[in-house]
Amino acid sequence: MTGTVAEPAVTRYDPSRPPLAKRLAAGLATPGGIVWVLLVALLVAVVVYNPQLAAPEQFLRLIARMAPVAIVAVGQYFVLVSGEFDLSMGAVIGVQVVLAGTLIGDDPSQILPVVLLMFAVAIVVGLVNGLVTTLLRVPGFITTLGTMLILSGLTFYATGGSAGQNPAEEFRVLGRGGLELPVLGYLPWAIVVLVAVVVIAAWLVRRPFGRLLLLSGDNPRVAHLAGSPVWWLQTRAYLLSALAATVAAILLVGYAGVHPSVGSGYEFTAITACVIGGVVLGGGRGWLLSAVAGALVLESLFTLLNFVGVAATWRPTVQGAIILVAMAVTALRTIRRRRPSAAEVPPRSEPGAGEGAPAPATAPQQPRGT
Amino acid sequence: MSGAARTSPLARLRGGLGSTAGVYLVLLGVIVVAAAVVAAAGRTLFTPGNLTVLMTSIAVLGFVAIGQTLVILVGSLDLSVAYLVSLSSVLAAGTMAGASGGTVPGIVTALVATVVIGALTGCLVAYLQLSGFIASLGVGLLVAGYLASFYRGTTGKASPELAAFGSASIGPLPVPTLLMLACLVLAVVLVGRTRMGMHLLAVGGDAHVARMSGVRAGTPVVVAHALSGLCAGIAGVVIVARLGVGSPTVGEQGGYDLLSIAAVVLGGASLAGGRGSLWGTLGGILIFAVADSAMGILQVNPFLKEVVRGVVIIAAVALYARRTAPIVRRRFAASAGPDPAEASAATAAGPTAPVTEGAER
Repeated sequence: MTGTVAEPAVTRYDPSRPPLAKRLAAGLATPGGIVWVLLVALLVAVVVYNPQLAAPEQFLRLIARMAPVAIVAVGQYFVLVSGEFDLSMGAVIGVQVVLAGTLIGDDPSQILPVVLLMFAVAIVVGLVNGLVTTLLRVPGFITTLGTMLILSGLTFYATGGSAGQNPAEEFRVLGRGGLELPVLGYLPWAIVVLVAVVVIAAWLVRRPFGRLLLLSGDNPRVAHLAGSPVWWLQTRAYLLSALAATVAAILLVGYAGVHPSVGSGYEFTAITACVIGGVVLGGGRGWLLSAVAGALVLESLFTLLNFVGVAATWRPTVQGAIILVAMAVTALRTIRRRRPSAAEVPPRSEPGAGEGAPAPATAPQQPRGT
Repeated sequence: MSGAARTSPLARLRGGLGSTAGVYLVLLGVIVVAAAVVAAAGRTLFTPGNLTVLMTSIAVLGFVAIGQTLVILVGSLDLSVAYLVSLSSVLAAGTMAGASGGTVPGIVTALVATVVIGALTGCLVAYLQLSGFIASLGVGLLVAGYLASFYRGTTGKASPELAAFGSASIGPLPVPTLLMLACLVLAVVLVGRTRMGMHLLAVGGDAHVARMSGVRAGTPVVVAHALSGLCAGIAGVVIVARLGVGSPTVGEQGGYDLLSIAAVVLGGASLAGGRGSLWGTLGGILIFAVADSAMGILQVNPFLKEVVRGVVIIAAVALYARRTAPIVRRRFAASAGPDPAEASAATAAGPTAPVTEGAER
């Protein structure tokens, strides 16, 4: 009970707190909220263009295809809010996919040891990224650029750059199979994995670890002075991102097969997803769930463009345009709000909540006074 | 006084060396190791032929890294350079189409396009206050989609004059590399000797303080990004001169975006901005070039080359990254004396160390 002193005063009972509807509306007006509106709109548009997807089974299959990107975005989220970048995620995916392909082969009995090995590799990569960044003070951008070159170089060297043999079907079922269920009909395993990853991540964000991680991203000096081990927090963030990349790789083996370049570009897609979801580069701000929504927005936009008949070569342009538009809208709002005093930082009520709940500081007494 | 008491003689010695000297020490180490490894395999690293290859190889990355240094000095980042290199190469080669009269229009078209796009990125960073990472990533992706949609494979043809420029050399030095070094000197003069350069460093060091001091914080950002676009454009033209054709994927294949950033950081610059030097960047590029050259002689698998590059980047930056914090403190202490720009960019930080001590006594 010692850790929960500060929060209840604000969140549990506060007569001055605006009603739920108002808070929801205010939340939706933030970058992390708009992305949900955008997601719903895009999914509706996708279903309108392709009515077949209205069937629960087909719709869930659609979401399942987006799961790897969303999981990578979850991993990237932790590193981004701690104020760093992880450029090595795509290369980690490549390594893991090739490991699974070459070591499991046709032998289902090898699945468990190889999966354990893959997670061990992820832990090593995460530790190296984290410790080199924190203890050796190499900027995270450079550390993970280095590990990206090392890992992708090794993967391509080992495979010669060609596609490998697919592992046993029992292993691939996670990425391509599903559960037969009475109501939904069919629930792909990828969605189960995605939900599990998101739930664990959301739990971690609400733990002291998550709160301190956001603090250390916002102001590492203050976090350090307050006694939190910033180096270990950031190292754990890198561990989580490497683990998330591994989980995504396991899904991709089933969905896309074994090729060393399966993961290429995922790191920038994940960063894009987080940014669309309102995560601020430089650390300290962002909602986890909105980052996931950002990934889904990106993927459903690509799906929609595919249906509309836009050539796949325009995908990068669309990705670039959505980044710029999303950021420009946010920036214009912030600039307008800040105009009276450019130096002031807008008030924040909850760590991790971005500007979600507007601070009721200006009108705390009004309801009681009347 | 307490600050002076805390610095050990060893720390003062290391601080006095400055980051640019550190870069060249690392370069020296890489040369020694590379020469030893190559010698162990019974070959020689420094034959005239190898040196020419090495000098040729640094031209393109050199141009890109000059622009990237300016952008990083002003506190931003340019991830669009790889696509700008490709764009410039297809525009230049496509416009000249092998005709002698097309040389100037081709080069002008390519450079105008890249400068305008660079300036646009700069405006997004300066006036919408987007982070350079995001703005340049977005703009780069816009260009990437254009390239992928309108160009399939190589396009156009270099004019005879441009091809001659690409293969010409004065003594052992290829002309494109000489041009790159000339641009480097121009950039050094810009940063160290002009008002714009001072503003660039001031904004990179702390945009807020710069604004409070009466610097228009937006202009240096736009200028740095436009120059980065220009440098990427020139790099694309050099590629056309070398290959004879333009290619929509040549920049991405070269990995110029991330490699140029790595070269700048290898050169001792801070990704946070305001600190770094163009001579350091040259050192960073030479570190890459020497390692590549040695591996080329040993015929190392190209994929393993990437691995070695990754190790070199991390190890080299780790060697002098630990000094970051003391250097920041020295900069503040020294700012009363010589101009901070000199301390960080124009020369190695050598002269500032005694001044700092003098100020403390």
